[in-house]
Amino acid sequence: MTAATPIVQAPIVQARGIHKHFGALHVLKGVDLVVAERELVFVIGPSGSGKSTLLRCLNRLEDPSGGSITVDGIDMLDRGTDINKARQRIGMVFQSFNLYPHMTALGNVALALRKVLGLDRPAAEARARAALERVHLADRAGHYPGQLSGGQQQRVAIARAIALEPRVMLFDEPTSALDPELVGGVLAAMRELRESGMTMVVVSHEMGFAKAAADRVIFMDDGRILEQGPPAAIFGNPQHERTRAFIGQIERH
Amino acid sequence: MTFDDFLLAFFSLDILRQAWPILWSGFKITLLLSAIVVPLGVIGGTVLALLSTVRSRWVRWPLIAWVDLFRALPPLVLLVFVYAGLPFAGIEVSAIGAVAIGFFLNTGAYYGEVLRAGIESVPRGQLEAARSTGLTRWQTMAHVVLPQAVRNVLPDLISNTLEVVKLTSIASVVALPELLFQARQAQSVTYNATPIMAAAVIYFLLLWPVVRLLSRLENRQIAGRR
Amino acid sequence: MTNWDRFLDSFFNLRVAAEYLPKIIEGFWLTILLAGCIILAGIAAGLALAVVRSFAIRPLNWLIIFLVDLFRALPPLVIIALLYFGLPAAGLSLSGFAAAWLSLSLVLMAFTEEIFWAGITAVPKGQWEAARSTGLRFFQTLTLVVLPQALRMTIPPLTNRTIAITKGTALASVVAVPDILGAAQAGVSFSFNPTPLTLGAIAYVVLFFPVVILGRWVETRFAWKR
Repeated sequence: MTAATPIVQAPIVQARGIHKHFGALHVLKGVDLVVAERELVFVIGPSGSGKSTLLRCLNRLEDPSGGSITVDGIDMLDRGTDINKARQRIGMVFQSFNLYPHMTALGNVALALRKVLGLDRPAAEARARAALERVHLADRAGHYPGQLSGGQQQRVAIARAIALEPRVMLFDEPTSALDPELVGGVLAAMRELRESGMTMVVVSHEMGFAKAAADRVIFMDDGRILEQGPPAAIFGNPQHERTRAFIGQIERH
Repeated sequence: MTFDDFLLAFFSLDILRQAWPILWSGFKITLLLSAIVVPLGVIGGTVLALLSTVRSRWVRWPLIAWVDLFRALPPLVLLVFVYAGLPFAGIEVSAIGAVAIGFFLNTGAYYGEVLRAGIESVPRGQLEAARSTGLTRWQTMAHVVLPQAVRNVLPDLISNTLEVVKLTSIASVVALPELLFQARQAQSVTYNATPIMAAAVIYFLLLWPVVRLLSRLENRQIAGRR
Repeated sequence: MTNWDRFLDSFFNLRVAAEYLPKIIEGFWLTILLAGCIILAGIAAGLALAVVRSFAIRPLNWLIIFLVDLFRALPPLVIIALLYFGLPAAGLSLSGFAAAWLSLSLVLMAFTEEIFWAGITAVPKGQWEAARSTGLRFFQTLTLVVLPQALRMTIPPLTNRTIAITKGTALASVVAVPDILGAAQAGVSFSFNPTPLTLGAIAYVVLFFPVVILGRWVETRFAWKR
């Protein structure tokens, strides 16, 4: 699929009119986000624009104050929904990796396989190993997070999420905490994931990656989606002054 | 037993009124005792901590043995040993003398450990910077290292002091008329638990603010250390 | 008789030692039993309270915080006295062993809860989020991801606190428990010779010296940095 192809598949993520308040702070002011199957949506915007909060609302790490969210046909805000079951279908990768420091790479990946999917240890570890293989870290399976570089840790975190075979993956600034020379490996892993057909929502400042891999770029500002479109349109010909200023700022770096 | 019986046994205002004068005198003795043993322990601990900075192994090993010995002996055992044992060696000690000696040995070892950890927490560069400006070893200790050391282990120092004040209650075992002793006296005369309950309430009111403060300091410390 | 002979005859009298050694040894095992019971009950209860506290149920948490503060502020001997001398006034009596066990378990529970809670809150929020994002439930996240990290951080303070509180078993002698100190004091009053106290002190050193050394080792082994 190329960026110009219109989206025809059924949407996996449907978020409508999302609001989020933190006390007096109004962080999301009615955001609509629809993501189709196999689509890679890239979210950019200045810090404080609400992009991370939006992502964290999708798997309900934050509870939205209003709106509706459906992921893979499951109503995420319904009280009757088993949120832990629903979260199996939504992988998440964090800025600070958040690997469990007391477990090996393999243990990190296998934990949810055993405890959420209920696999026995050999089956869970076989699947965890396969996931590590996909991020090219099978040889680091026995290492503890403290023995891995930041880039390797982040790839283990990606393996931890994809091992559950989610329907959609959320990336919350996955390379922001990395030294520049370690960013490439993580982006490569993300690109391979994208090529395998994974649906992805990525919050990041890696504009090069967005231009090369995104189907659609969303620019958020002050809790709203200001504009969106194919990367060529957003980067080449932004309609809003704010978008133009933001992109100009980023690209000067 | 009814609830009224229970109230009467533990919260009798009549008994409290009768026992109050001696409880009050016991409370004052507890404060006095704390005012004696806390400074003694701090002084002993400071000496031990300073000695621990001496590099010679002829100082180091006996020092560690001394500290660990008095950390291994329960304070009550030490107190009874001093109070009941020394007279057999021809040395008569008063109850307060026995308490002072026992507490000096025991709490000194604990304060010593806390202060030593504090001194070790001050980066070596501080010492080197101070010495490079011509301060002597002891000036460096007194003006540069110790002030930072104390600040770094302040929660542990306060916690230790709290424990020492609580520990003064064991002086009741050697018949020193502090708060718990007086409460026990009043209880055995009236055969009513109100005096001990009153003593417990007094201890609680005295020490609760310290516990609250500590709980805050310790949480911050653990959060900051990781 | 020289002074030295008199000293030896008093504190290291072999005849008295031989006579009372069996009693001291019985007391030794009783002290270990009491200490073991306190450690089991105290740490289990403290951990349970910390886990309950993490569920963040408001009124329940206030109660837990109050309980913890209460048993940190009260001297253990006061709690023992309240249970042992006070309860009979309400028509309920506990054995000395039970009173000492219950009191010191409550104290250890309070300190343990405080330490575990500090450890749990010190685990970064991201750990919770990562685990929950993979579909682990709250309790699974707590027991599989957060507690193992929290426990590691809490090992040094917990070890030191446990040692300090189990040394409090000597307080049981005040309520007629024939533990090491109880047996030693009985021996002194029967033989009019302090040798049983010397034996008792040695018994405590034999028991706690290795534990204190262990505490030192744990302190360095599980240092805060990870």
